[in-house]
Amino acid sequence: MTESNSNRETKPSVWRSLRNGFFFALAIITIAYAFQVTKVDLEEFRKESRQQSRVRVMRALANPDLFDFDRAETTVNSPVYLPCPGGVEPQIQREASGEAYVESLSCGAAGDVITLNGFNFPPNTDVVILFVPGNDPESTLALAKARVKSDSQGQFTAGVELPKDRESDDVQFLRSYSYKNVGTPRWSKSALNTWDKIIETVFMAFLATLLGTLLSFPLSFFAARNLMKNVRSPLASVALNLLGWPLGIWLGFQAGKFLLGISDSFAENIWMNAAGVGVSLLLIAFGARWSLSRGETDSSTMSRILTQVISIFTAALAIYAVLELGSLGMNLGLSMIESLGSFGFLGNFLFQSGDILRTITPALSALIAGGIVSSGLGRWGQSLSERLPVQTARLVNAALAAATGALLFIGIAQVLNWFYEIGNPLYIFTLPAILGALGGLTLAFLNHPKASLPIGLAVYTVTRTIVNAVRSVEAVIMAIVFVIFVGIGPFAGVMALGLHTIASLVKLYSEQVESISAGPLEAVEATGANRLQTIIYAVIPQIIPPYISYTMYRWDINVRMSTIIGITGGGGIGFLLVQNINLLDYNAASTQMLAIAIVVSLMDYVSSALREKAV
Amino acid sequence: MLEARNITKVYEGGVQALTDVSFTVPKGQFLAVIGLSGSGKSTLLRCINRLIEPTSGQIFWNGQDVTAASPEELRRIRRRIGMVFQSFNLVHRSKVLTNVLAGRLGYTNPAWSLINRFSKTDIEKAHQALARVGIPDKADYRADELSGGQQQRVGIARALMQDPEIILADEPVASLDPVLAHSIMKHLERINKEDGVTVLCSLHFLDLVHKYADRVIALNQGRLVFEGLPGEIDDKKFKEIYGRDAERVG
Repeated sequence: MTESNSNRETKPSVWRSLRNGFFFALAIITIAYAFQVTKVDLEEFRKESRQQSRVRVMRALANPDLFDFDRAETTVNSPVYLPCPGGVEPQIQREASGEAYVESLSCGAAGDVITLNGFNFPPNTDVVILFVPGNDPESTLALAKARVKSDSQGQFTAGVELPKDRESDDVQFLRSYSYKNVGTPRWSKSALNTWDKIIETVFMAFLATLLGTLLSFPLSFFAARNLMKNVRSPLASVALNLLGWPLGIWLGFQAGKFLLGISDSFAENIWMNAAGVGVSLLLIAFGARWSLSRGETDSSTMSRILTQVISIFTAALAIYAVLELGSLGMNLGLSMIESLGSFGFLGNFLFQSGDILRTITPALSALIAGGIVSSGLGRWGQSLSERLPVQTARLVNAALAAATGALLFIGIAQVLNWFYEIGNPLYIFTLPAILGALGGLTLAFLNHPKASLPIGLAVYTVTRTIVNAVRSVEAVIMAIVFVIFVGIGPFAGVMALGLHTIASLVKLYSEQVESISAGPLEAVEATGANRLQTIIYAVIPQIIPPYISYTMYRWDINVRMSTIIGITGGGGIGFLLVQNINLLDYNAASTQMLAIAIVVSLMDYVSSALREKAV
Repeated sequence: MLEARNITKVYEGGVQALTDVSFTVPKGQFLAVIGLSGSGKSTLLRCINRLIEPTSGQIFWNGQDVTAASPEELRRIRRRIGMVFQSFNLVHRSKVLTNVLAGRLGYTNPAWSLINRFSKTDIEKAHQALARVGIPDKADYRADELSGGQQQRVGIARALMQDPEIILADEPVASLDPVLAHSIMKHLERINKEDGVTVLCSLHFLDLVHKYADRVIALNQGRLVFEGLPGEIDDKKFKEIYGRDAERVG
């Protein structure tokens, strides 16, 4: 036993060393190639010009442009001729400005060094000597030639070489300039800009997180395997479900547009809006109370139809109430913008919220109607497949599946047609319809007519796939697209960050749902609760703490992201930062970097403190 | 009356949990289900309200085929079958009252559940159920603040809220000490005797079986190996049920 064991060990040990050696060589080659591709090169690093710009940029970055001062300036413009006019010898001249004066030669040849002696300048300050071409002493166009420091008596001596390509018959000037900061410091312009933009940045992150959290909360349940794996329904039900969506969406959209038309006719009058909201809310309350109070005891067909009619009417009223609420918000907001002065942003908020409400209501009512019609038809399909004899069920299944498949494929073809403008009806109607119908038929005949399909897992897979695909695109990249949709600015940034937040929170949230303890779920299900009730009473209480914690974490990330999303036009401080870097204004860029560092570390601290409290 | 006919359950992966189990339970009986751990007791109880779908076989309850019920019918069946669990299965972060009220969900309009509302009569009923299991003062505690025995009483109160005709108790006392075990069993016994609720209860200890059960069925590796009165379990039967190496302790 031992012998065979040692035999077995010696043989592979050679192999193992060979294999290890191979992997070692592979690792070295990989690293070497990485060096080549990323152009690792210290020669460039050591270059004289690199060193100079390094020093310049690092010093500029270390001096954020935060404060401005009033300046007490001293300027002396000494006239100089270049070259000396014919026959005139250079002579010492004195040029004064207030107390200060400068002595220098009155002319010189190109390349000559002229000495300037300054007196009564502010003591111990930098003096810059500039050559001012042309004959205007006030000109701001000037070439810096030398920089010296005045002594304690306010005197300085500087040698300036006259430029070689600025010869002229006119008088030109040598300007001696120094300044001193006086008075109290005030915030610099770039500090004020930075403040504006950092506020914008934080609120971009806030809005994106809010939007993302609200939408990803319901979506996360569809991406949780433990909730979805038991959702199964027969083919007839699935097919009718899918067929119900377009029908319901169409009905809902028409209803939404119709109601929008009605509410538009009262859109101008604020009192009509308020009355509309009030009356419809009252009617909704009555309707809801009446239909909810119907117990399951009273289930005659007449009363059930009546209940459904009243429910539909109540739903329509609810949509109308939302529309009127939107108008009310817009009108109220408009009047508030004018009357509230500096609190006008509250009015703007009302106006924009109203606008959003009115814009999304038809879409929302279409979605809701789609859901209702689809689930109604689905339930009908369920009972059909339970009641019908096997042979009939097979036929019904085949017909429904073929219709659904055809519709689904035509829908996909329409989307493709929109993108690629195919236009040929053979490819966008006939072929997809035939292919889809064949696919549906195959599915119908492969399955037992009463078998239930794992539709929950299908929804789970689709949700997960979409979410993962969206998540793999960084928000900065998404901002490029949204900039085209809604224009350059913070709104595009909010949309991009919001979308990315939805994608990543759905994943994080759904993993939390997957890790809840299954006991309570089982217990609540055993009481006869339906799926919605099970989620509300057994799932949600268990996931609240991790949800809060992840939301905080995401807000933290969003603040970080929104500081750079401006790079692609998405608003916020990143826009300013990139602008200043491109203008080579590193002092201003440093101000923005400082602001980012402060905000991100503050957010980091606050979010971790809050998270600790929440869990 | 509850009747199980040829219940067989094969889990995904091929584990044969139940093989051809048939038995009937008359209304109002206290039936104990015994057997080793892993013998299929929990699976059997869950097959009755289809928390686990049996692979084949049928469950009849008052003449209705539970195994063929549609999802909607199944909900109506489940709400008359209370269930009590070994690990209590309360929602820890919710209030005791909310946990008890959850037993009423099958009777509640889902639209009300959406905004977390129960009717006044349901809330009144929940307080009565808590009083009945002896913890009327714990309604506003969080469920995880209660001791094990108290948590199981909340579990029983939740089952009571369903106005059950049957209670399925899956090793309700396995996580409790002997004193608490008897107190919980007494609650189940009282519900059985006073309300005429049929109880199916899986148990580990034979002394509990002798004390509380009207009748016993025993499972061994997913097969029904004994059906009869508690008194009929002699040493020979005992070894058949628990294997020949087993020793009686209780």
